[in-house]
Amino acid sequence: MISNHLNTYLILAVFLLIAGIYGLIQHRSFIGMLVSTELILNGAGVNFMAFNRFLAPDPAVGQIITLFIMGIAAAEAAIIVSFILAVFRKYQSIDPDEVKELHG
Amino acid sequence: MTFYQSIAEGVFFAFIILVILGSLITIRAKMLMQTVLGLAVALLGVAGIYFYLGSMFLTLMQILIYVGAICIVLVFGIMVGYTPTEVAEKTIKDWRNKFLAVSSAVTAFFLVLACIFKTDWIPAVAEDRNFSAAHLGKEFLYTYCLAFELISVILLIAIIGAIILARGGTGKTAFDHSVNTGVTAVQDEKGEASI
Repeated sequence: MISNHLNTYLILAVFLLIAGIYGLIQHRSFIGMLVSTELILNGAGVNFMAFNRFLAPDPAVGQIITLFIMGIAAAEAAIIVSFILAVFRKYQSIDPDEVKELHG
Repeated sequence: MTFYQSIAEGVFFAFIILVILGSLITIRAKMLMQTVLGLAVALLGVAGIYFYLGSMFLTLMQILIYVGAICIVLVFGIMVGYTPTEVAEKTIKDWRNKFLAVSSAVTAFFLVLACIFKTDWIPAVAEDRNFSAAHLGKEFLYTYCLAFELISVILLIAIIGAIILARGGTGKTAFDHSVNTGVTAVQDEKGEASI
């Protein structure tokens, strides 16, 4: 019964985390970076749910934290998409390499 | 293991494969649209994982919020900003970037894996724990009321901020933009479009 072990879920969460980190560095567009961030946040959510199922005395806590993560992710996606809109108006392109006014 | 248990295990494996496949598509796809679709597949898999972790409510929320809302917002972002010729990313030629990505991902993988296997997890004592949505709702409104209110306030602030950012991106502050009369605002919009 592999679905009844904590380590299964933790390793899955690690996979989501490293996929997110890899994508965050490797993607060359704002949308790609945002998508990778969503993967990382989902890894955190899986972790919290796994601890909630196997270790926590009160199973409501982990679910509440995971819902909180979902709320944060939704807010973050909305904010970043509006950033992309603002950047597109100012620079007429959405290439992260061109947005470098603060570059040293 | 009974017949039904093996079916359940098979479905669990299917969800894990969905998650892995989706995240691989997400990080390897050349087109941005494929990236978002891969994210949707991975998030559906995570929803199934939540189901196996005992929470029907979070499964529904995952599908509703992530697959239903966030992916749509991402597709909207692609639609607004990227012309079809640009949608194919100009990635992957950059070897230094790729080396950085691989090395940091592998380092993180082994560090977290070492933590997982070195820690002595102590299982929960009580076995008959209440996973129902009714219990969750009660906890949300009594014990964890602050978290509940915080989510609402954060979402409200994010929505207002998103609207202000999306409207006032012409170099003026948002305040200037709102002071403008309707006529000049229309002219601004036209001037923007002609650039």
